[in-house]
Amino acid sequence: MEENKEAELLQSAAALKAFLLKNSTKSNLNLYDHLTHVLMKVMDEQPENAVDVIEDISRDVKRSMYVDKQSTLQDVPETTPAELLAEKQRQVVLGNQDEENPLPNVNEISFFLEQAGVGLGREETQRTFLALKQLVDSQELLRCRLWGKILGIESNYYIAEVEGKELDEEEEEQPDRTEEEQKDENAVPQSTYKPPPVVPKETVGTGANKFLYYVCKEPGLPWIKLPSVTPAQIDVSRQIRKLFTGRLEAPVKSYPPFPGNEANYLRAQIARISAGTHVSPQGFFLIMEEEDDEEGEPLQDSYDVNPDFEGIPVSEMAESLSTWVHHVQHILPQGRCTWLNLSMKPSEDIDEDEDMEEAEEEPDEPEPEVGPPLLTPLSQDAELFNTPPWTSKMSSTLTSVHAIAVLRSNLWQGGHAYASGKKFENIYVGWGVKSAGDGFSPSVPPTPLKEYVGDEEITEVPDPTPRDERELAEALVAAQEEMEGSDREDESDDDY
Amino acid sequence: MDADSLHYSLELVAGSGNILNTEHRTALQTSLLILRKNYKFNRVLFWGKIMGIKEDYFIAQGRGDDELKDKKNLYSFNCMDWFLLPPATIPMIEEVSKAATGRFMGDASHVYENTILKKVGDEDEVEEELVRISAVEHRLAVTIHLIDDESSVIPRGAFIKNPHGFVQVNRCFEGLTESQAAKLDSFLHFRDPKTLKKKSLLELSELNQTIDFLDLLTDDVPKGMWSLQFENANKVLILRCLLWLGMTFYHVPMTPQHGYIYIGDGVRNLDLSFML
Repeated sequence: MEENKEAELLQSAAALKAFLLKNSTKSNLNLYDHLTHVLMKVMDEQPENAVDVIEDISRDVKRSMYVDKQSTLQDVPETTPAELLAEKQRQVVLGNQDEENPLPNVNEISFFLEQAGVGLGREETQRTFLALKQLVDSQELLRCRLWGKILGIESNYYIAEVEGKELDEEEEEQPDRTEEEQKDENAVPQSTYKPPPVVPKETVGTGANKFLYYVCKEPGLPWIKLPSVTPAQIDVSRQIRKLFTGRLEAPVKSYPPFPGNEANYLRAQIARISAGTHVSPQGFFLIMEEEDDEEGEPLQDSYDVNPDFEGIPVSEMAESLSTWVHHVQHILPQGRCTWLNLSMKPSEDIDEDEDMEEAEEEPDEPEPEVGPPLLTPLSQDAELFNTPPWTSKMSSTLTSVHAIAVLRSNLWQGGHAYASGKKFENIYVGWGVKSAGDGFSPSVPPTPLKEYVGDEEITEVPDPTPRDERELAEALVAAQEEMEGSDREDESDDDY
Repeated sequence: MDADSLHYSLELVAGSGNILNTEHRTALQTSLLILRKNYKFNRVLFWGKIMGIKEDYFIAQGRGDDELKDKKNLYSFNCMDWFLLPPATIPMIEEVSKAATGRFMGDASHVYENTILKKVGDEDEVEEELVRISAVEHRLAVTIHLIDDESSVIPRGAFIKNPHGFVQVNRCFEGLTESQAAKLDSFLHFRDPKTLKKKSLLELSELNQTIDFLDLLTDDVPKGMWSLQFENANKVLILRCLLWLGMTFYHVPMTPQHGYIYIGDGVRNLDLSFML
């Protein structure tokens, strides 16, 4: 009997539960769940006089059941430029492990640069070095170095100096010189002006083109290769003073007109800055003498690391400039590092790639241009505008035992070098313009050419003055008198 | 930039290429606090560094009640001992502009001399030598004054003018938005306004008296004098002045952080018109 009652009770309980679990047609809730939630809420919150506020609690639970439907106006979060850049830079930071690292010890360099008081800040330097690593991985380079940063008006350039495994010969795009067809003889007289011969640029791997340079606007953005520099570009860049806009394809408007766009101008300035401010402690590099040379003068354009370099004490380096040497060749006024004789006789062949450093014996040959040889100490640098070209100091006076020697260029504002024992580094962070002393005076346009010198038909002759005419007439009359003998004519015909 | 925020704001302007040694930074932190207490400044700023041939001058600026007018400049060689500079007056400016040319030497006792040969009379051809002399401290004071006058920048709304006429820091300034910060006309010169009075009445009526009492940067001549960029992964807005190379202003949008610092050689870039 009891079992039946139990079973009945259980059944009615099950029925009641099923009834409670039935979902309401209106709100899709069921009483069972609702009562569960209400009681759990009471359990959690333990309000005073729960029985009085139970209706409110029940209503609150029901209200909280409602899920917020999404409004039709959706929030489109603006991707800020910072986020876009961060996405690109993420690639840089992830990177991958590499065993042979052509990069130098970046953390050490950034530490020393901070001691020297120059650089880009820790984070930025780290990001830049990681971007360099990305460059190295993508291009298979022998050696890569952060050359520096050049500031521009709209954006900046981060520059890497690399030494590639293969010497890429660039396709030289020379504009086809259109020959003017021979016209009739009655045509306009042709100009006899012949432009001066173009100085050929140095091959990739020598002289001013010794290294390749890559630029990028922000670390993480793709690296762009800069073209090689031509002597004409260096020549013009010495005469103009322009800031960089930050766009590589921007034209450089100047007088004298710059042969190229901003990428070429940037490359020319990089070449000049390297030649002017890249220095190393004396003895770090040694000149390699090459044997095969017919003229007998050593070609001083290659150097190598000296394995026996001991390091110079830092205090000596900071005090005297003769402990530092230039290790980049000086650029001659011609625009190249090795002088090339341009005035060739027409009978000679054009393969004048040999460097001719001796003057030929003909009297009208131009003098060869000679610059200071490689590895000259800084104490021989010329002083411009009454300021010494370099400022040297120790990085700290309080802990001078561990300080490093810092060298700052006064000619190229922003060119720095530091040395500590056997380690040294050069860097340039600046605007990319040379100091111009009191003021820059642009070059004046040349004087206009004189009149066309040619046939006598078009040459101007001044009109005869009345005096000249009278003299001429008198002379004619005198000649006539002589010819006619005794006949005399009136001189009154001469008055006009 | 404010001495209190020195340690992180130096990282923000490091994009210009010159940063401070860790040693100098720590020395500055202590000495600027002491300076503020001794001179009773409201705020003390690290104004920047003027690089001389032999030594660099570190410059600090103390601000009093009126931020625009109560300014005192001090200089130091080692970031610990500070010397007060005289305020720049108009005769001092004239004297310096005639005498001092070229770079700063870095020597506190240096005296600038400039001899000008002047012909007296047409027939006599007697030449008088006029020697203009100026001390380094005068030149420093005048240079700082000119740099502040021509290139100190604040974002619009960072300073307000209270009814007494005092210019004070606006504590409710929350920063410019990204889009506002990308425009050059949200920035003002922090100096006695010169071009503001020349505006038409119609333009003046739109300005807010409390925050628009200074000149706009866009009224500067030559027009391309300011370089506006986002740096440091596009987080910081950097304004660089091309007339005084080395003047950098930074602002982090949507935060009240802003400031400027000058690290350079203290020579005006007169060739700017050729360089643009």
